[in-house]
Amino acid sequence: MRVVVVGGGPAGLAAADAAARAGAEVVLVDSERQLGGQYHRGTAQRADPRVRHLPESTAWAAEGLRLHVRTGPADSPHRTGRVLDADAVVLATGAHDRVVPFPGWDLPGVYTAGAAQALAKGHGVAVGRRVVVSGTGPFLLPVASSLLDVGATVTVLEANGVTGWARHPLAVPQKLPELARYARLLGRVRLRTAVVAAHGDDRVTSVTVARLRPDWTVCDGVRVAVDAVCVGHGFTPRLDLAVGLGCDLVDGFVRVDAVGATSVRGVYAAGEITGIGGADLAAAEGEVAGAAAARAPDPPIAALRAIRRGRRFAAALAAAHPVPTGRHGWLTPDTLLCRCEEVTVGDLHAALDRGAADGRTLKLVSRAGLGPCQGRTCGREVADLAAARLGHPLPDADAFHRRPFATPLRLGELAQHPEEDP
Amino acid sequence: MDGEPFDVPEGRTIAAALIAAGRVSWRTTRAGGRPRGVFCGIGVCFDCLVVVNGVPDVRACQRVPADGDVVRSQRGAELPG
Repeated sequence: MRVVVVGGGPAGLAAADAAARAGAEVVLVDSERQLGGQYHRGTAQRADPRVRHLPESTAWAAEGLRLHVRTGPADSPHRTGRVLDADAVVLATGAHDRVVPFPGWDLPGVYTAGAAQALAKGHGVAVGRRVVVSGTGPFLLPVASSLLDVGATVTVLEANGVTGWARHPLAVPQKLPELARYARLLGRVRLRTAVVAAHGDDRVTSVTVARLRPDWTVCDGVRVAVDAVCVGHGFTPRLDLAVGLGCDLVDGFVRVDAVGATSVRGVYAAGEITGIGGADLAAAEGEVAGAAAARAPDPPIAALRAIRRGRRFAAALAAAHPVPTGRHGWLTPDTLLCRCEEVTVGDLHAALDRGAADGRTLKLVSRAGLGPCQGRTCGREVADLAAARLGHPLPDADAFHRRPFATPLRLGELAQHPEEDP
Repeated sequence: MDGEPFDVPEGRTIAAALIAAGRVSWRTTRAGGRPRGVFCGIGVCFDCLVVVNGVPDVRACQRVPADGDVVRSQRGAELPG
C-alpha cells in the first residue's frame, strides 16, 4: 500500500505521518528544500522517519493515481524525472496570497504579504524600511510581526472592521493565545483603511492610503511615502492538480467528505485547498486524510474534533473578512490586470464588449491569464470583473484553474523518458 | 549577478540575496519593458525571472544559487543560449 502526499506544509506533513503510522509506504513530494510549507518557513519540520521525503520536487502532472515528478534546482533543465504510482494520493498543495489589483500594483516594491513573510522568516531579509501592510485578514499580523523582527517600520491597514468577529463568539477563544503574540502591533493597526494606489517611476515611492466604506468604496485618501507595500486579501487555493484529476469543487475549493476523500476514487485532499482555515485546521485535516488514505481502521478522534472547531473559525474568518465589490472603483482603465501579458482593465472591457462571454474566449481575446503564471495571479479578479460587467458569472469560472501542467516545464524535460519508481 | 560578485549565505535564494543587497527589480516585461522584481515570493507569479548560466525563465525566489552560477537580468522573453 503506497500513499503519495503532495505538499510538505502542515496538512501534508500530518497526512504523511498519519499514513506512515497506519503502516503504509509513504512518499512526501515537496517543492521546497525544507519541510514545513509557507507556515513553518524558517523553522524546518521533520516527518516520521518512515516517510520518504522528496525535497525540491515538483509534481507537475497527475494522471489518475500516477504522478509525474521532477527533482532538482528550481526551473533547472537538469532535474531528474520520476513517475510515482500510488494506491492513494493526498493533495495538500496549500494556497497563495490573493491580491486584488489597484493602480501601480505592478511596480517593483509592491509585494504580496506572503512574499514579505517568506523573505523575513525564511531569509531574515526586510523588503523595505518603511513598509505598509495592507489588505484584510488575520494573516497581516504575523507578516507585520516578522517585518518588525527584521528591523522594518510597519503600519498595518485592515480594510474591514473587526465587528464581524462579534457575530461568531465561539470561533474566537481558540485563537486568543495566538492573537496575544501580536499585542505589540496594537498601535500600528488602522481599520477600514487600505492602500488603493501605488506611485513611482521604476519602483514604489508612495501610496494612496484611503479610508473605506464597508463595501470598500473610497471615502478619502492621502499620499504616504513608503519604500515597500505588502498586500494580501485572503488566499487562493492551489487547485492545479485537483482540477487536473477531475476532483469536484464547491465554492472554489475541493469538495471532500468527512475523512478528506474527494470525488475521485483514491484521491484525498487536506488543508487550504479544501477551505481557508489556518495551520491547526490544515494539520487536523491532514491527519484524518492521511489515515483514511492508508486505510487505517479507525479515524483519529481528536483530529476530527479539531476539524469541527477549526471549521467554525474558518467560517467566521470568511464572514469577517470579505472582499466586497467596491474595490472595482479603485481601478482605472490603464490599471494592469494580468501582470504577465500586461492586459489592462480597458483591454478586458474591450474584449467583453466585442462579445467574449465565457472564460475561455475572454482569455483568447484579451490574453489575460495566458502568460507564465497561467492566470494564478489575475484569474480570480478577471473572472469577478467580467461577471460584474456582464451581470452574471462566467459559465466556465474554472477556466482560470484548468492547467494540465501544474507547473511550467521545459520542452527538453518533457521529451526525456522519466524513470519509473519501483 | 549582472557581472557583480555576490556572497550568498547557504540556502538563501537569488531573490533574497538581491533584495538584501538593495535591488528591487531585475527583469523587464516583454511588451512594455516595465521593471519587475519579486511579487509573490513563493514561486506562483513568475515575475522575478532571471537568466542562470544562459538558461532563461528561472524563478529567482525559488532558485538557490550554486557556487559559480552566472546570473543576469532577463529582458522580455529570451531564448536559451
